[in-house]
Amino acid sequence: MRVLLAAAEGQGAVAAADFSQDTWWIVLVKAVGIIVFLLLSVLFAIWFERKVVGRMQIRPGPNVHGPFGIFQSMADAMKLLFKEDVMVSTAHRLVYVLAPMISVFCSLLVFAVIPFGPAVTMFGVTTPLQLTDFPVAVLYILAAAALGVYGIVLGGWSSGSTYPLLGAVRSTAQVISYELGMGLSLVSVFILAGSMSTSQIVASQAEIWWFLPLLPAFCLYIISMVGETNRLPFDLPEAEGELVSGYMTEYSSMKFAWFFLAEYINMLNVSAVATTLFLGGWRAPWPLSAIGDGMLNTGWWPVLWFLVKLWALMFFFVWVRGTLVRFRYDQFMRFGWKVLIPVGLGWVVAVAVVQGVRQFTDVELRTLLWILAGVAAVATVAMFVIPEQPKAEPEPAKDEGPFDPFAGGYPVPPLPGQTLPPSPRRRRAPTSPADDAPAGAIEQGPVTTAEEEPRG
Amino acid sequence: MTTLLASAGAALPVLTSLAETGRTSTGEEVLFWCLAPVMVIAALGLVFARRTVYAAMSVVLVMICLAVLYVAQEAPFLGVVQVIVYTGAVMMLFLFVLMLVGVDAADTFTDALGAHRWISAVLGVGLGAVLVSVVLTAADLAPSGLAAANADGNPVGVARIVFGDFVVTLEVVGILLVTAAVGAIVLTHRERLVRRVRQRERADARVAAGETLTPLPAPGVYARSNAMDVAALGPGGRPLEHSVPRVLRVRGQERSVGEVHAHLGPEAVGSTPPERAITGEEQVR
Repeated sequence: MRVLLAAAEGQGAVAAADFSQDTWWIVLVKAVGIIVFLLLSVLFAIWFERKVVGRMQIRPGPNVHGPFGIFQSMADAMKLLFKEDVMVSTAHRLVYVLAPMISVFCSLLVFAVIPFGPAVTMFGVTTPLQLTDFPVAVLYILAAAALGVYGIVLGGWSSGSTYPLLGAVRSTAQVISYELGMGLSLVSVFILAGSMSTSQIVASQAEIWWFLPLLPAFCLYIISMVGETNRLPFDLPEAEGELVSGYMTEYSSMKFAWFFLAEYINMLNVSAVATTLFLGGWRAPWPLSAIGDGMLNTGWWPVLWFLVKLWALMFFFVWVRGTLVRFRYDQFMRFGWKVLIPVGLGWVVAVAVVQGVRQFTDVELRTLLWILAGVAAVATVAMFVIPEQPKAEPEPAKDEGPFDPFAGGYPVPPLPGQTLPPSPRRRRAPTSPADDAPAGAIEQGPVTTAEEEPRG
Repeated sequence: MTTLLASAGAALPVLTSLAETGRTSTGEEVLFWCLAPVMVIAALGLVFARRTVYAAMSVVLVMICLAVLYVAQEAPFLGVVQVIVYTGAVMMLFLFVLMLVGVDAADTFTDALGAHRWISAVLGVGLGAVLVSVVLTAADLAPSGLAAANADGNPVGVARIVFGDFVVTLEVVGILLVTAAVGAIVLTHRERLVRRVRQRERADARVAAGETLTPLPAPGVYARSNAMDVAALGPGGRPLEHSVPRVLRVRGQERSVGEVHAHLGPEAVGSTPPERAITGEEQVR
């Protein structure tokens, strides 16, 4: 076992970011820079989401304030600030005020360990474009996310009202079930990268970005990151159609704005984590990375690639919101426990076995990949050759009898194999001989079609 | 415990000073003396809080402060995992149960076990005595072996111990936990005696019973009353009784349309006559 760990260590020995030159004011500059970046990004993200969703629904979206309506979010923010701050009389005051602050505070923590780029020279000091990094940085992100949920849960509980409480309970259940899937999807990245520090994970993606070899884990992460941020189709804690606004029903003005801010910062957080762990972090995409002997991977250029990837994922968020509908609660739970977690476990075991074979035997990576491809090909062929098992519960036999237009008590179309009887109106005598031909033709048309192609 | 007290608290840059000198730096002391009172107050809050949710919150606060101290002790892995596992998952499960039990469920303060309180008091005093005596008798406060343990990084050091030296223990604990989980499933499992009623069956039953398939009509909204307690008017002008919520009807709190309609005098009946004639035949004011 020691050999395995030692080998994993040797294989994953990539240089971590070097913070030794940092002075206290460099740290301060970076911290303030991150906060400003996050707040501006949230303002932009609100406009971006409304504009993109608008285009997807064939309407212009905000277009009044400023060019392309870009100052709409400023107006929204001002409106929230100046609205009346309602303090619900049944609320538990301390927790009620504290909950939105917990949400925002925890969401601000994550970007401290996200690398925006490699080492640059800033005010005469060479320093990495990252506030800090340590050996368990990704676990720290998970911890911050876990604490952030307390804001939602406590906010829902302390409102002293039914819908917020239901939203809070749902949120608890959601976190317990979906953070497991998320953690499992990250484990395979740790195994391949040989580290849990964000800068080392980015450094380990110099040859290939992890989303390609770890495609199933990437899919798992993408699904669970949508669940993590309470966005459609997983927005059960605030489902409008069922719970008014869920946990934030009783919040108004600035306290509501805190929750709103936290939700959007969390979207940026999970997108940044996906970028860092799976999409190469700040590394330039393939054709660009070859230009000028990798000059686009040095200096301030990487910030651009990082932001492009980040906003591509943000677009994906909006796209999903514009496309999918909300899960029903039982479907959602079944999906989390019976699909995401087993798939995640299986994938971690598979990655660990492959990595173990690479460490303990002298099989070359190329040979190993060929063997894996062979196994996959055999499995694919087997899937086609082996006949499908008949289903345990056969479907009820099709009703070949006469068509009952009121089967089960309400009007139904004919099933496959049944034919629609001729309309009773057809038997009506034509009012006059002159009208006969056209009226008959019109009535005849749809009926014969229905007889030939029964609608199912 | 001694190590914890002696070296508690340190920002990342001063971490190495402890291992070299065995003395706490100013930053460590400041961190410790900031966190320690918070932890003690939160721990007392767990014991004395009247609401169970506040007690749970106190535990969360203690756990977070403990995690910070772990990180300051050069055990970042332990600190972060403490937050993820205990604060993020275990306490969340506690909260889940507390919320399902009820927001305002009255906590009983009667002691079910009479001797229980005394036994806990004796054990608590004993534990305190042991801890204090350990702290007082500790001679050498300088930590040893910290640099060697973290030579390859803290997670690697932890992994070596857990999966190397104590691998059998780990497996045994794993088996124990799996057994407990299986036991919980077996205890709560219930054979399904009748067929499960799903959304589809419910819809079919509703159709067969001839119930209303659409959502119920909303209560009436009028100029003088936009309340829930007045029935809406149907297309025929008759009030739809079932548009008022059932609870209000059972309590007899609904109002009829007649109670809220505008009372107009005879002069208001009919339309107001125009100021000047348009056709020459109508009345003018």
